[in-house]
Formats: sequence, structure tokens, C-alpha cells
Amino acid sequence: MTVQHWHFNIDSDNIARLIFDRAGKSANTFNDEALNELNSLLDEVAKSKAVGLIISSAKKSGFIAGADLEHAFQVTDQKEALHFLQRGQQVFSKLDDLAIPTVAMISGFCLGGGMELALACDYRIASVTSNTKLGLPEILLGIHPGWGGTIRLTKILPFFTAMNLMLTGRLLSAEEAERRHLIDAAVPLSQLEASAQFFIKTKPRQQSLSFFWKSVFQIKFVFASLLRKQLLKRGVKKELYPAPYALVDAVCQAEFNREKAMEREAQSVATLLLTPTSKNLMRVFFLRELLKESGKQSPFEIKHVHVIGAGTMGGAIAAWCAFRGFKVTLQDTQWTMLAKAKENAGKLFEGKKLKGGALQKTRDHFIIDPEGQGCAEADVVIEAVFERLDVKHAVLKEAEKKLKPGAVLATNTSSIPLEELRRVLKHPENLVGIHFFNPVSKMPLVEIIKAIDSSPDVLQKAFSFVHQIDRLPLPVKSSPGFLVNRILMPYLLESMILLEEGYDKTSIDQAALDFGMPVGPIELADRVGLDVCLHVAKNFETEFKIKIPKTLAELVDKKQLGSKIGKGAEFGFYQYQQGKKIHQKLVESLQAPMIQERLIYKMLNTAVECLDEHLVEDANSLDAGMIFGAGFAPCTGGPIQYINTLGPTHCLERLNMIKHHYDPSFVVSAGWAKKALFATDLMK
Amino acid sequence: MRKNVYIIGGARTAFLKSKNKPGGFSASDLAVLAGQTLLSRSPVKPSQLDEVILGCVMPSENETNIARVLARRLDCPQSTPAWTVQRNCASGMQALDSAFTDILLGRSKIVLAGGTEAMSRAPLMLKPALATWLADFSSAKSILQKMKLLLKLRPGIFSPIIALLSGLSDPLLKISMGKTAENVANHFGITRTQMDVFALESHQRYVRAQQEGQINFVNIIDWQGQLYNTDTGVRPDSSLENLASLKPIFEKNFGSVTAGNSSQVTDGAAILLLADEEAIVRNHWQEHILAKIHGFSWVGCDPAEMGLGPAHAVPPLLEAHGLQFSDIDYWEINEAFAAQVLGCVAAWQDDNFCKKELGLERAFGTMPMDRLNVNGGAIALGHPVGASGARIALELAHILKNKNARFGVATLCIGGGQGGAMLIENTKGAL
Repeated sequence: MTVQHWHFNIDSDNIARLIFDRAGKSANTFNDEALNELNSLLDEVAKSKAVGLIISSAKKSGFIAGADLEHAFQVTDQKEALHFLQRGQQVFSKLDDLAIPTVAMISGFCLGGGMELALACDYRIASVTSNTKLGLPEILLGIHPGWGGTIRLTKILPFFTAMNLMLTGRLLSAEEAERRHLIDAAVPLSQLEASAQFFIKTKPRQQSLSFFWKSVFQIKFVFASLLRKQLLKRGVKKELYPAPYALVDAVCQAEFNREKAMEREAQSVATLLLTPTSKNLMRVFFLRELLKESGKQSPFEIKHVHVIGAGTMGGAIAAWCAFRGFKVTLQDTQWTMLAKAKENAGKLFEGKKLKGGALQKTRDHFIIDPEGQGCAEADVVIEAVFERLDVKHAVLKEAEKKLKPGAVLATNTSSIPLEELRRVLKHPENLVGIHFFNPVSKMPLVEIIKAIDSSPDVLQKAFSFVHQIDRLPLPVKSSPGFLVNRILMPYLLESMILLEEGYDKTSIDQAALDFGMPVGPIELADRVGLDVCLHVAKNFETEFKIKIPKTLAELVDKKQLGSKIGKGAEFGFYQYQQGKKIHQKLVESLQAPMIQERLIYKMLNTAVECLDEHLVEDANSLDAGMIFGAGFAPCTGGPIQYINTLGPTHCLERLNMIKHHYDPSFVVSAGWAKKALFATDLMK
Repeated sequence: MRKNVYIIGGARTAFLKSKNKPGGFSASDLAVLAGQTLLSRSPVKPSQLDEVILGCVMPSENETNIARVLARRLDCPQSTPAWTVQRNCASGMQALDSAFTDILLGRSKIVLAGGTEAMSRAPLMLKPALATWLADFSSAKSILQKMKLLLKLRPGIFSPIIALLSGLSDPLLKISMGKTAENVANHFGITRTQMDVFALESHQRYVRAQQEGQINFVNIIDWQGQLYNTDTGVRPDSSLENLASLKPIFEKNFGSVTAGNSSQVTDGAAILLLADEEAIVRNHWQEHILAKIHGFSWVGCDPAEMGLGPAHAVPPLLEAHGLQFSDIDYWEINEAFAAQVLGCVAAWQDDNFCKKELGLERAFGTMPMDRLNVNGGAIALGHPVGASGARIALELAHILKNKNARFGVATLCIGGGQGGAMLIENTKGAL
């Protein structure tokens, strides 16, 4: 047999070595071939006189990233899915059943199927390096572990710890994994090899639960209802996200007999794999990779980022850049703003659980710079001052003068066109928009705003910068509201119109939540700030012929601006205390389906309009923008994917119905007629 | 050929009066905040520094060799050496002297040097008896033995040693610094009123200088978002009546040294950049020159009258540079105690003292009081012990520049019985 993806040898200590090296890929993933090869190699190991087996990776990127997702994404037949799952289960069981001690020697990521392989080993050890991440994130792809992971994990970890890991898909560092007994040892990279040999030679007791806990956890069905309740409380809807519920079912009904338990696990995952939710969540994964890829191309070396303006956005951008390891200088004329920004930065670093030397370094790299001395030293300068043209002009002009050669000058404007901002610059083609979303630490998307004649070099550097701070860059043509706000605004305004028609705000928000949006539109408007909403809406009024609901202007007049300050009592559509919404009982509405349709279709129509105007490259970019910038229901795969699921013709009919019944002035985009716009294929 | 050494920049933090609990910044935090601002304003990059020298009397337990902590936190390359100096109240000035010396010797060309102190964070320590008890307890094998040890415990053993108070006492005479100031007052017959008047002037001179825009410091913000944009010890509303109402704290019944006419317990840092002539010319840093450093003098004296340290240290300094008392345009004498500053002034006017103690032929000179501590001193600002020596040097350099004057002397008394002094010159941009 020729082996393509593995290196196999038995060393002088008689220890067998299996080194995964997936041919033609930078990361190790399992496809049929790699699994089959592992299967025959394990037979060879069993036949040999080896006293132990160490499994490791030849890739710098990490250990094993899991199953080959492109493969899983394209599976459309349940039998085929089941076969792939059962094949993996068989191979890993063979590994589990080897008589000699086996060690998974992990450095870098160890995810999903990779973690399941490690769980099938007798011992797991991992290097304490920043890129070491272990976990079972299958749930984020709408499935759950399917190669024996659900069975093996619950055998070695307390029931709730195991379920928590699988239900959240959370990744652990080596130290955390050791603390939770997911692995046997977290050691410095230089000791990894010695420690692997130690486990083979001394064969210490393997991780497993004590008899007492094993007995307690046999009554799993009792815990199952508890877990389901928790899921509901977290707002996980079974209709939209079936995987968590399927996982609870699979684990809690698991049999004592391994064969039967495996069978149940495989069946469950095979079913999930074919659900639209899973396909769409995988699509989200690929979209993320696509955006990431666009930032990787330019080798722009960044050490220092200078942010001008310590307001909510400027402060948050500065804090995030410091957290991502850059030296940051934050400039503002107002010390109170700087103080607030530093406090918030401190909270971010704490929330991210930075400790010891890393925390100290990050803090020392967050530098208050009222004089703006950092501007001349920085590789990236971001302007995030108040949204007024004259203020921004003054700041940008000054910054351009100080800018060092090769550095990028960017603006975080959300409403002023790039063309107007750059008018005062000596080199207007060098100004790029880098538009973050609030809250910066939670919203992965960053819109890169370009004009027709923007310098390609500067754009490339902007992509690289956004990639380096671990955000997702999306190129968008300069146009009012850019992409995400342009699509969100009609949706927010529609929710206010519904309000004026007499529907309760809780039922309006609930309709959006039921669709899978992370926040209801009315609460979102409060969070953004009603004054900001009004300002943007006015910008759009002439450009896009929209109506501004009276309620909005009235509330702004009354100085009820929403919950953006996050302190004390605040009023918007809802009431807030210390930034938290005061709970209001849900008013059920019989019109919920209509409300939902009107809200969502406003977004869909604008999305098509944007595609038609070529604001972004294609439908995939648009979907990515809305998912990562606005949290558009990920289970739908994005607005355009959702249109494709329903069928554009059907959508158009519904739109015309909405226009006819509710809003005669509503303009249905001409883009609906252009079929080519809707292509959302991801696989070549 | 002798090298010439210049101060080419400096910055200090706001000075924060201790509130009798640990403040928002550690000693290295303060030094980093001053250092970051200094370097951001200066053309000097961290990578250009040949070494970093920092004075600090009581760094916290995780700031061993605090100068190296500072260098690394300022993003100096790993290869930049750094060392910490301690000469009690003159640690900050010692750092400047050490930098000066290394530059003269040709070991370094560009040095970051200064002082820092977080007095509010001085530790509370276990009594040795308690430490011994804990060791015995942890090594006791049987429960019975442990019980016996527990029975031996007495409440008194738990009272902590306050490192700050120990630090402010003479280690051999076992008397507090305040008492040495009382000694100086008695020696020269300095009255309570004289001290209070001097203390009041310290606040007033600071306020006047501030109104004229002569006070320069870096605002600092802690991680709770608290902004410090004033020297918190300064009391613009201070009055003679208020000062007179305070009780003596070191000699309860008969003394005259009060909290009002002594320096305050304070957190702060002052950091300077020193460079030799060649480096300045090569990098075209002429416009950044603040002052030229001519030299230092260090002298020991009676620990029981340590406040007279400056009186002993200055004469040899001026003699070494061929200068008369009257050649000095501006003076900074660190205000550890009003009694001690006035004591030094009195000593220099005293024929007898100057002959007997200083070996001079006659009185050294009469201090023009309008040339002394013109921007206020440690009574108003506070005296973060490790930082003050660097702070007064920087202050003096600014004063000479603003007043377009030439020579200045900065000097301070040192707990344990020493005096330190340095001579600087405003060369008005010339090398």
C-alpha cells in the first residue's frame, strides 16, 4: 500500500510513530483516504513489536483540524454520510483497542475529529504555546461529534463539563485543558517529546471518572431535561438549531454497549449533516475563511497603531488593537474621554482573561497620547472623531502631514462619503475607510471602504491590517451607509412603522428573534442610539427615498436616545438601567408571521439593491457582511442564500404583496430580475 | 578630552498624595507612564538608549531591579542593560550621577535615568516572630504539636511592621527623620512660625508658578479610569492659621515639626534623558538641550542632623567648579522638612558653622530667598523618596531656561546622614 498522508516508523526505542501530514494541504484534516491509510497503519502497528504509539503532526499549523469540511459540506445522501461517520468510528475504535499505550502529542490546534482521535488515545499531551487550542466545535457547524467523541468525552469528564464543551464548542488552551482533565499534561514545547516517552514508558493511570461519578451519571436522562431547559433559556431554538438538542438526546440515551452507542451517535450526526442549518453554518464557516484569506496576501508589517478620537468606537478600536498585540497610541483632546477609554480597555483585557506578562505587555502597549505624538510613528492611523465634516477634515489634514512614509491613513466614518472626507488631502487616493462595528470586540466584520481611484497598495495594507487584528475585512464601494448599515436601516425603520401601526414592541422584536436575529430591531435601534439612527436615516432620506417614522424624531426631541451610554437610567423605546434593558413581558401577536415577513423582506430587498449596485463583489460577500457585521441569522446562510432557499420568484411575489397591502410607495429593486446576481456557490 | 553631558528631556508624573492605602500605580507603573511620554516627545527612540538607570528606595516585591522592569516595559531592546540605584532620599539624583559618570567614562552615550517611588504601596511585613511561628507550624508533624503551637499564639504577634515607617527612620539611631529635623531646628533656633511661613510659601510659590504655566507634569489614568490631572498634595487654600493649628507629630509636646511643614508621603516618578555632546551633534538634537550637567558632590554628615546634608554637600561642589555662592542663579533644596531647608540656609550664613563644620574661612553665603525653590517644593508637592532627586534636577533645568538664567544647584538631604548636590548650567542651546 502506498501511504500519502502519513509518515510511519518505529524508532530505536521500539516506539511506533504515526505522523499525520495531509498531502497538498497546509492543515491536517480527515478525508476517506487519510482515514483508510490510518486504518491500515494501525493494523501494521498491532502486528509489529512496538511497545507504544505516538501520534503527532508534521504541520506547523497544528495537530489535526478535524474532518475535511469540504467533503462533509458536499454530502447530500444520508447513506454516504453514515458510511463516512461509521468509517471514522471504526478506525478510532481500532486505535482505542490497541494493546500498547498510545499518546496523542499535540501542538497547535486539535479540533473536532482531531480531538476525537486524541480521545481515542490512552494519553493526551499538549504544548503550552499560544496557538494550542483544543475542543469539539462541531456544534457551531450544526452537527455534533460523530466519531465516538460524545461517548469517550463523557467517559473521562464529569457529565456537565463534557456537555458544556460540546454544547458551546468552546476551545481550551493547553493549561485549561489540563486543568479540566481533557488532557493528561500541558508541557512546554521543548518537553513535549520527553513527556510523550514518559507516558509510554511509565503507563500511569488513564484519565477516567471514578466509579462513584460514573454511577451518578448513569441517570443521565434526568440531567437531559435540565440541559434542554438551559438551551431554551439561552434562546437556542430547536427549529433553527437542532444540533444541540440532538446532542443531548444522543448522549443521554446512550447505551452501556459501545456498539449501540456508536450507532446512535452516527445516526444522529448523519441526520444533522443533511439539515439546511448545518449546510448554512458550514457555509458561514467557509465565508469566514474566504474573508480571512483576503487579508493574508500582503506582508504589511505593523507594530504601532495610532487612533485619533477616544469616543466609544475610537476607544474600542484602540483597546482591541492593543489586545491583538500591537502598540497603540490613543489621541484625544479630552482627558475625560481618554480616562473612560482606558477604563473600558482595562475591562476588555480582563474579560479576555489576559494574565501575568501578557496582561502587563498589553496594558503597557495601550498608551494615552493627548499630544498625538504617536501619529508620526504609527504604521496605521485611524481617525474616529465625531461625525462632522469640518472636524474630520482638520484631523485628517493634520494626520496626513505627520504620517510616516508607507503608513496607512484610515477613517472609521460610518456616514460621511470617503470622497468628501479626502477632499482636503494632498493624496486623496491614499485615504481608506476602515469601518468597524459596535461592539468592536464582538463584531468580527470590518468594511474596507474604497473609492474608484483608491490606491491598491493602501487597500491591500488595510486588508492586511484588519486580518492581523483578527477581524474579517470586506471590501465595499463608497456609498452612503456602505453595506451593513444600508441594509439594516430600512429594517430598523420598518420596525418603528409597525410600532406606529399599533403592534407591541416586544412582539415586533420577538418576530425578528424567531427568525434568528441576535437582537430585535427596536432594541437594536436603542443600542445604536436613536440620535445616530435619525442622523443616518436623514442621510438616506434623499438618497434612497425612504420615510422616517415620526416616532423616531419625537423620541430624539424628547432626548430619549436609547441605551448607548450604559450608565444610570436611560430611555429609548425601552427603559434601561445601567445599560440593561428592563424586562418587559412578551405580548403575543397573532400577526407574528406578517411582522416577521415585513421586517425581513425590507432587508432582503435592500440586499438585492446593493448587489445590483455592485457595492460588494458578489452574493457571498454580501451574505458574509450581513452575518459577521449584523449577526443576520447564521442558520439561514445570509440574506441572499435565504432568498435562494425560498426561491427568488416566491420572494418577489411576497414583496409585491407587502407593497400592495402595507406600503404602496415601497420600491422593489430592479435587481430581482437579474438571476446572475444570486449565485451563492462556494465549491469550485 | 573631557566629555560634556547634557539633559535633553525629562518628564514627571502628577505627584499623588498617599491616602494611607495602596495607590493606583506601582513604582514601575509611574516610571513607565513618565517614560512613555518623555520618549514620545523626544526624538530619542527606546532602541537608541545605551542603558536605563532608575533610583527607587522601596520597589514592590515583583519589581526586582526595577530599572530593567522599566526598560522592558518601555519596549527597549532586550540588549539594553538596566540597573537600579539606591541612596535613600537621593536615589533619583544618584541615578543621574551614575548616568553622568558612565557617559564621562565613555561607556554610554544616551541614558534614560530618573527615579520613582510608590510610597503608598510600601509593604506591611510580618514580624520575625510570626514568620518563625509559621515555619514551626508548617513543619509540626502531629496534630498535638500543632495544637500546642496554636495555644502559644498571642494577638500582638500579628501586628505588622510598617515598612514605610521603618524606611523613614535612621537604621542605627532608631529615630525618625522628623526627629532629626527637630534637632536641626534646635541647632539653629528655627521657630515654628518660620517653618510654617516657609511651608505656606511652598504652596503659594507652586500655585503662582502654575498660574504662569511653569508647572509641567504628565496626567495619568489608572485602569479603573480614574484621571489624575493635578499634584494632589498642593493646597492652594492653605493658610498660616491652618498650619499653626496642626500638632507636632514627632516630638508630641515640645516639638515644632508638623505634618504641615514637612514633605508629604507621595507617589510619583521623574525620568530624564542624558546624552553626550557627540551623540547630540550626530543626531541633531541641539534644540532639545535643557541643561548641561557639570558635576555632583556627595558628603556624609551627622545622621542625627541629616537635614544639614545640603549644607555639607554644596561647598565642595562649587569649589570644584571654581564658582562662588553668588554665581548660582537658582537653587533647589529638597524640602524634606521646612526646618531642615531653613537650617541649611542658616548654616551657610553662620561663620562659626562654616569654619568648624565645612572648613571654610568664613560664612558660605546668604541665600536670596526669591531664588530658592521658586516653583514650590516637596512640602507642597510631596516627596516620593526615590523620585525627588530627579524631580528637582528637572525642575531646576526648566527654571533656568524660563528665567534665562545660567547656573543652578539642586541639592537634598539624605536619611542616614548624607548630602548630595549637582550643578547644572543653562547653555542656552549652545554646546
